[in-house]
Amino acid sequence: MNRKSLISIMDYSKEDIFKILDLAEEFQNNPKQRLLENFVIASLFFEPSTRTRLSFESAIQKLGGKVVGFSEAANSSVAKGESLKDTILTVSNYSDLIIMRHPIEGSARYASEISSTPIINAGDGANQHPTQCLLDLYSIRKTQGSLENLNIFLVGDLKYGRTVHSLLMAMSDFNPSFNFVSPQQLRLPQEYKDFLNEKEIEYYEHDKLDENIKYADIIYVTRVQKERFSDPVEYEKVKNAYVLKNKMLEETKDNLRILHPLPRVNEIDIDVDANPKAYYFKQAENGVYVRMALICHILGVK
Amino acid sequence: MKGELKVKAIEKGTVIDHIKAENLFKIISIIEIENIDTQIFIGSNLDSKKYGKKAIIKIADRFPSMDDINKIALIDSNAVINIIRDFKVVEKKKVELPETITTYFKCINPHCITNNENVETKFKVINKDGNVNLKCYYCDKITGHNNLVIKR
Repeated sequence: MNRKSLISIMDYSKEDIFKILDLAEEFQNNPKQRLLENFVIASLFFEPSTRTRLSFESAIQKLGGKVVGFSEAANSSVAKGESLKDTILTVSNYSDLIIMRHPIEGSARYASEISSTPIINAGDGANQHPTQCLLDLYSIRKTQGSLENLNIFLVGDLKYGRTVHSLLMAMSDFNPSFNFVSPQQLRLPQEYKDFLNEKEIEYYEHDKLDENIKYADIIYVTRVQKERFSDPVEYEKVKNAYVLKNKMLEETKDNLRILHPLPRVNEIDIDVDANPKAYYFKQAENGVYVRMALICHILGVK
Repeated sequence: MKGELKVKAIEKGTVIDHIKAENLFKIISIIEIENIDTQIFIGSNLDSKKYGKKAIIKIADRFPSMDDINKIALIDSNAVINIIRDFKVVEKKKVELPETITTYFKCINPHCITNNENVETKFKVINKDGNVNLKCYYCDKITGHNNLVIKR
């Protein structure tokens, strides 16, 4: 039985990741399998995240599993002052697997040290969100046929965007080239550039979205948040340079797909939605199959 | 014996020498000197050709393991450990950076679990261009050389 918690995407080997992606493919083709009928899975959302929680709970219920838990800390013993340690120790007695979302960074890693059941990190503050990364990888492989040798454009908030950082690390094993498009204030942190240099991965930085996207296989767009700018005037100056519009896609490659972790605000114009290259809603659907696969992988039922 | 000793000699024990004066109190804290019950002599702002001002700590009758001592390298990688027997230096070694460190330092990230619940810190030691940085095992954030704060 595989009892391996998933806290950061870097915890899993290439083999683990491929196994999960293959399994997700199988669930996509045949979602009605009652593999989790004898399992109780805890879903502990110490901060609300409706999208992620519903995706997990839908994955569990499609496989016949039972869910216990809470959707925000106010509804739990945390509101009475219970420590994370006590909550995890208690809940690990009630369940076969714990899915947790928590605002504090490193909380999931800590929980995995003290819990007798495996933990899936559904987001620990600004730190890690590995199932988002798995579903991004799944979506990339699904649309491109392979993860190898792709030209990936990462657009928007590259400084704080944790999905961008995990994707970059996870893709680094597959000989990618990266193009980073962001305002000066939200450039990729040096530690990730060091990482890419060490692995001798090609990358370029750009100040705006322009005709270079005609070389892209994947454009991964993230939200540029107003709150990230100390000066609101700076935000107003740059915000339009990162909005993807349908007419910009005319010269792009046929295999190009546009991804976004959602929620979207205005960084992808709604006129893109009808373009067959827009993949972000399908990407969210893939999240359910990937989470089904991950849970079955960890519980050793598949 | 050359010249006059500014800090009393010990018959046997451990001397931590060539500490930069400014690092003395951090080192006192990190080696938890208050838990040592033998005689301890401390000198600071002593003349040093190398640093201008150096500090020295002499601990009588105690020979801590290098694992214990090596955490000093996180504060001052030039510190030298002398093992004394019969008033003579019988062994001299430089402190070496450990690969990991637990407990002593605070993670710089206020949103880290170690700053929010009763969890001991744990870091991977990264030596970059001669500067020691600590990478948090929990939140992955790097606490830089200039931001090392001792957690007590």
